[in-house]
Amino acid sequence: MANYTLNINGQSLEVTDVDPDTPLLWVLRDELSMVGTKFGCGVAQCGACTVHVDGNPVRSCSYPVSAIAESAVTTIEGLAQGSQLHALQQAWIDHDVPQCGYCQAGQIMSAAALLRNNPSPSDQDIDEAMAGNLCRCGTYQRIRLAIHDAAEKSARRTG
Amino acid sequence: MTQIHSDKHESLTDYFDSLMQEFDANPSPELQHPISLSRRGFMKLAGITGGGLVLGFSIDTPKALANVSAEHAQFNAYVQVKPDGSIIIQAKNPEIGQGVKTALPMIVAEELDAAWEEVEVVQSPIDESIYGRQVAGGSRSIPANWVILREAGATVRAMLVSAAAARFNVPVAELRTESSRVIHGASGRSIHYGELAEEAAKLDTPSSVELKARSQYRLLGKRITGVDNLDLVTGKPLFGIDQQFDNMSYAVYQKCPAVGGKVISANLDHIKSLKGVKDAFILEGNGRTDELMPGVAIVADSTWAAIKAKRALKIEWDESDASKDSWSAFTQQAKQIAEQAPERPLSRSGNLDAAMSTEGNKSIEAFYSHDFVLHAPLEPQNTTALSKADGSIEIWAPTQTPGRALNGVANTLGITQDQITLHQIRAGGGFGRRLTNDPVCEAAAIARRVDGPVKLQWTREDDTQHDFNRVGGFHVMKGAVNKDGKMVAYSDHLISFTENGRSPVSGGNLRMTGYPEDACSNVLMGETLLPLKITCGAFRAPASNTIAWAQQSFIAELAHAAERDQCEFLLETLAALPEPRGEMLMNKYRAIETVKLAAEKAGWGRELPNGRGLGIAFYYSHFGHVAQVAEVSVDANRKVTIHNVTVSADVGPIINRSTSENLLEGAVVDGISTMMGLTVDFENGRIQQENFHQYPILRMPKTPKIAVHFIESNYHPTGLGEPGLPPLAPAVGNAIFAASGIRPRTMPLSKEGFTI
Repeated sequence: MANYTLNINGQSLEVTDVDPDTPLLWVLRDELSMVGTKFGCGVAQCGACTVHVDGNPVRSCSYPVSAIAESAVTTIEGLAQGSQLHALQQAWIDHDVPQCGYCQAGQIMSAAALLRNNPSPSDQDIDEAMAGNLCRCGTYQRIRLAIHDAAEKSARRTG
Repeated sequence: MTQIHSDKHESLTDYFDSLMQEFDANPSPELQHPISLSRRGFMKLAGITGGGLVLGFSIDTPKALANVSAEHAQFNAYVQVKPDGSIIIQAKNPEIGQGVKTALPMIVAEELDAAWEEVEVVQSPIDESIYGRQVAGGSRSIPANWVILREAGATVRAMLVSAAAARFNVPVAELRTESSRVIHGASGRSIHYGELAEEAAKLDTPSSVELKARSQYRLLGKRITGVDNLDLVTGKPLFGIDQQFDNMSYAVYQKCPAVGGKVISANLDHIKSLKGVKDAFILEGNGRTDELMPGVAIVADSTWAAIKAKRALKIEWDESDASKDSWSAFTQQAKQIAEQAPERPLSRSGNLDAAMSTEGNKSIEAFYSHDFVLHAPLEPQNTTALSKADGSIEIWAPTQTPGRALNGVANTLGITQDQITLHQIRAGGGFGRRLTNDPVCEAAAIARRVDGPVKLQWTREDDTQHDFNRVGGFHVMKGAVNKDGKMVAYSDHLISFTENGRSPVSGGNLRMTGYPEDACSNVLMGETLLPLKITCGAFRAPASNTIAWAQQSFIAELAHAAERDQCEFLLETLAALPEPRGEMLMNKYRAIETVKLAAEKAGWGRELPNGRGLGIAFYYSHFGHVAQVAEVSVDANRKVTIHNVTVSADVGPIINRSTSENLLEGAVVDGISTMMGLTVDFENGRIQQENFHQYPILRMPKTPKIAVHFIESNYHPTGLGEPGLPPLAPAVGNAIFAASGIRPRTMPLSKEGFTI
């Protein structure tokens, strides 16, 4: 058992008496009550647990808390800037992307990492970046649409 | 609500049979039997006028609406108005991704003329004495609640108008409503519902009310984003798995991998010595697969501690009564049975054998098979339960059948339903998996041994190995066309499975809609059933989702045998059906229009390059008429590219256009997943797959472009969760044949060497 100070969504958070091999997913959910990050498979196959570690998308179900050290973690709860939604979150609402919605936090986190590196992705770029995220309801067409929309609106805002 | 668990020895088949009877029952009896409007004392028939449906009724209010403050003006079980004028609308049915938490309140809001942006939707309590059937299944939420919810909204609107008439001292007839306001056009005065609510709620419920004509709709038919979407995209707690309480424990449960196995012993002392483990114990179970089967529970102080301990668990099983089922053995058996006549003939007309052997007729035979598949909702099964000192229990469960969950828990714990408080929680996918409440019963039984709240969490491996699978099976197809290219013989012999020795397992029956058996003069439809222990259940469009594959593929084979265009042949066979017998049944005119629309939108008949083809299929299920056209390429290595899928549907008027399109897009993706690569193999009673690396659900790169078109007829509106799935597999199969000349007959197609 060990104690960690984690940098999550810009905040320094203490977790105490946790097993070093505990996946970040379960630290977020059980220890920190941040349940937006979802458990789907436990073996990095479905992407429902996607968060950012230093800006890169990782599957938190397979990322031990002991490996995080000083890295900055961003979860779905930290994606908006206060009450200002991330362009992707707004596009997800505008296009009514979710059906059951369970995978969508992970989808948005994967998409956010994509847009950070590639502000105007092609369909193929989107397919490649999103291939690790399963949507059992099959909302892929809308996810593509929402990513394009968010990319365009962000470009207009910054351009 | 039928009490279905009075008999402890009732089989799983009986459970699903009664559930399916509920689903198949006409959801709108008033269409054909107006006098039955007095159901549940909800309404009394007042009369039908020339101007529209006029109904009298009294709507009860729930004894306790836990989520409604006493300060709110309470009009009925569905509508309350808050002091600030915003309107609460209760969403009565479980939300599993089919969009009813938005769509059902939209129906109320339309008749209420509520400003949608001022509406707050809340999940209603479970109380079937007030709300009627509260189930997510059978695509029934829309058709079964259409009239009731319109009345619930229209009544409140009428009361608000009456209150405004008194306030303004003008006749009711001079008032109109819009965006949560009552407006007196002549004087230019208007008043918000919130200012009228208190006095309006004191008025008697009107004895009759007129419902809007379709041309007056302002909200229905629009694209309305889901009411939970903001919470979903910001990561707020919404799902069963998100329930958290102080001092909560976390549990896992291990059952025998072969269903029916009992625990002889387990290394409980070792498990209890592990870090974070609070307790470990054996549950004997009650022998019901849909309630509590034997297993070992581990209770820990975190999910991770529980999962780690589960990996260290060693259990000795008594498998003397456990499943020994083998899919490879069943496949061998089925090939032999294919030579024989069905054991259970279901429908026979004319003389099939004579028509097959008549000189000049062209007769064909084909053997289709489909594997078992999982539901695999992305949120693994879970339930949180709190057992209390007085013997009562409080439960938070993502279930499709909360009413049946109450039955199951009462039966499992030996308590009465009034000792159970059940909260319905948004579910991360259902597809039929959460029609059974085994995780709810397990959590309840574990909670009895735990001090404080406990969340039972299944792993993905548990979900994969203890599902109620979409049953596999084999269709032996026979048919003939005559010299004129007309269908003159059709036979489907389904080799399926039985758990109780009497009737097919859920989804394993040869469900008949009238097509094509009523469109052909020489017909034999029947079943042969093999004994099975692996648990099966309803999977999105049960039975239809696999019958459509064999039927619509084989109709295309007959068209090919007749050297005719597949679409033209399909339309001809549909036109040969008898006249429609009722509104909530298959209707050949609706079917034909649906097929024509899909064909037209997909550009049926256009020239395509070599290796590319179009395929069409139609199926009627769950009151929905749906056709699909797939455009597909196949290369020399059987690699399939599905370029696009065109969907047309007639489900009457559209409630929420956004959800409706989304559900059909999702059905296409689901259909491609299950037809191309998904399978559950089992040997010696054990499911061979464990997790998604062995279960290739379709991912974004392989998703085709999907176009959805609605007929928007004036028939009673019906649901869209299910009817979009069945036509996909045969449409793609027919397109593969058109593109390559290879006729796929095994689902998943990966078993014939196809890849995607």
